[in-house]
Amino acid sequence: MKTILAVAGVVIKELYRRKDFYVLFIVTMLICLIMASVRIFNDDKIIRYLKELCLLLVWVSSLVIAITTTARQIPAERENRTLLPLLAKPVTRTQLLLGKFLGCWLACGIALVCFYLFFGALAASREHQWPLLNYFQAASLHWFMLGIVIAMVLLGSLVFAAPSSNSTICFVVVGGILLLGRHLDSVALTLPEPVRSVFLIIYYSIPHLEFFDVRDLIIHDWPLIHWGYYGLALIYGIGYMVVFLTGASLVFRRQSVN
Amino acid sequence: MAAILKAENLRVEFRSREAAQGTKVALRGLNLEVNAGEVFGYLGPNGAGKTTTMNVLLGFVQPTSGAASLFGIDVRQPIARQRIGYLPELTYYYKFLSAEELLRFYSTLFGLSRLEADRRIDELLKLVELEHARKRPIRTYSKGMQQRAGLAQALINNPDLLVLDEPTSGLDPLGRMKVRQIIQRLKGEGKTVFFSSHELGEVETVCDRVGIIHQGELKVVGPISEIRQPRHANLEQAFLEIIGFETQSAS
Repeated sequence: MKTILAVAGVVIKELYRRKDFYVLFIVTMLICLIMASVRIFNDDKIIRYLKELCLLLVWVSSLVIAITTTARQIPAERENRTLLPLLAKPVTRTQLLLGKFLGCWLACGIALVCFYLFFGALAASREHQWPLLNYFQAASLHWFMLGIVIAMVLLGSLVFAAPSSNSTICFVVVGGILLLGRHLDSVALTLPEPVRSVFLIIYYSIPHLEFFDVRDLIIHDWPLIHWGYYGLALIYGIGYMVVFLTGASLVFRRQSVN
Repeated sequence: MAAILKAENLRVEFRSREAAQGTKVALRGLNLEVNAGEVFGYLGPNGAGKTTTMNVLLGFVQPTSGAASLFGIDVRQPIARQRIGYLPELTYYYKFLSAEELLRFYSTLFGLSRLEADRRIDELLKLVELEHARKRPIRTYSKGMQQRAGLAQALINNPDLLVLDEPTSGLDPLGRMKVRQIIQRLKGEGKTVFFSSHELGEVETVCDRVGIIHQGELKVVGPISEIRQPRHANLEQAFLEIIGFETQSAS
């Protein structure tokens, strides 16, 4: 465990010593501030609309951080040849992968805390209330969704040589799942066989990231999700993380490191 | 003397990405033993198979056939790497870390306690003359300083066997001398050093035995005095003869 934490520590240090995270955070913050300062007819619905836009921005920013940070981890280790002295230590490839995963996931968690604290403070200044549990459920499910994405990108970084191609493919896949994933089964029913079966297989095998999108809890102050369902969603997320990380470990074990 | 590094009948084939090129044989039945306490120089022209040998010994590449062990443990077991230090050729260490942070990170991987790590880091930074730059990010280091930081990371666990892949490559004469001094000091401490190099003068100065590899085959192994016969002016001449350079030139 010490090894995994040590590798994760380096990933986190890298994130906060690079400028891209700060740039993204400041840009997100500025856009949110500008939007929050807009007062149109003092209408509640408009405030909700602005909250929705700000949260969408937070989601996009967090996905950008998660995908770009993770996609460069293993390729950068290969390119700079730091993978060699690292694996020449008593470190297994699986430990290295788990360290990278944990580092990226924790780094994204830190970024999410910053984003949600800022967003929460901003929303509370307009609405004079802060439903903490709603924020907790929304942020933690968001974080678990990022965990699935990070595990998927890590697997992609072992399959695709260039981080840019991996990032692009992952953005398309994640965007596709978030926007279209929930409709695949309905589309399948309108199609003839065997395309219908193919669509249904895809529907049941992809990680349904949209399950983790509960922004409405914050935007519309909806009641909390039942804690049982919340727990099930977390288990579902962990399941997919395990699947992707196992795949990554199997691929990495077969690769030559030179 | 006991062999702590052993390769038996190692064969490594790489499948070329282009089907027409077929497979490339990087090592052809390599047998090699390095004894405890000796400095072993591994020589060969570019593409001879030196780095591939090291990659197999460190478990980076799976051999097509044959076996390799470190301290009697199969190289595929991570525990085999507990007592070794490795310095790869041309590595660009984490630019955002300082030398001190880099060494602390690697010390954690060996499970060193905080106190032990502090002691080793101080010792090593003094040894490689990086004490003055210990807090500076590695991105501000010169190439020689980066190479010395690399050497320090290879020594963090006080290894019994040090594997160095062209440790003086790309360094200026002063940098080369410093690395050579460190190797000699390690030799004085009874450490085993296995290193590849193109600097034959350096090899003559520090090595007890050398092995010369060419086109994946180990051509000769032995003490320098045996390899360099009276007719050779220096090790370079012997090396060129062994790899068939004169024959090729004549033909």
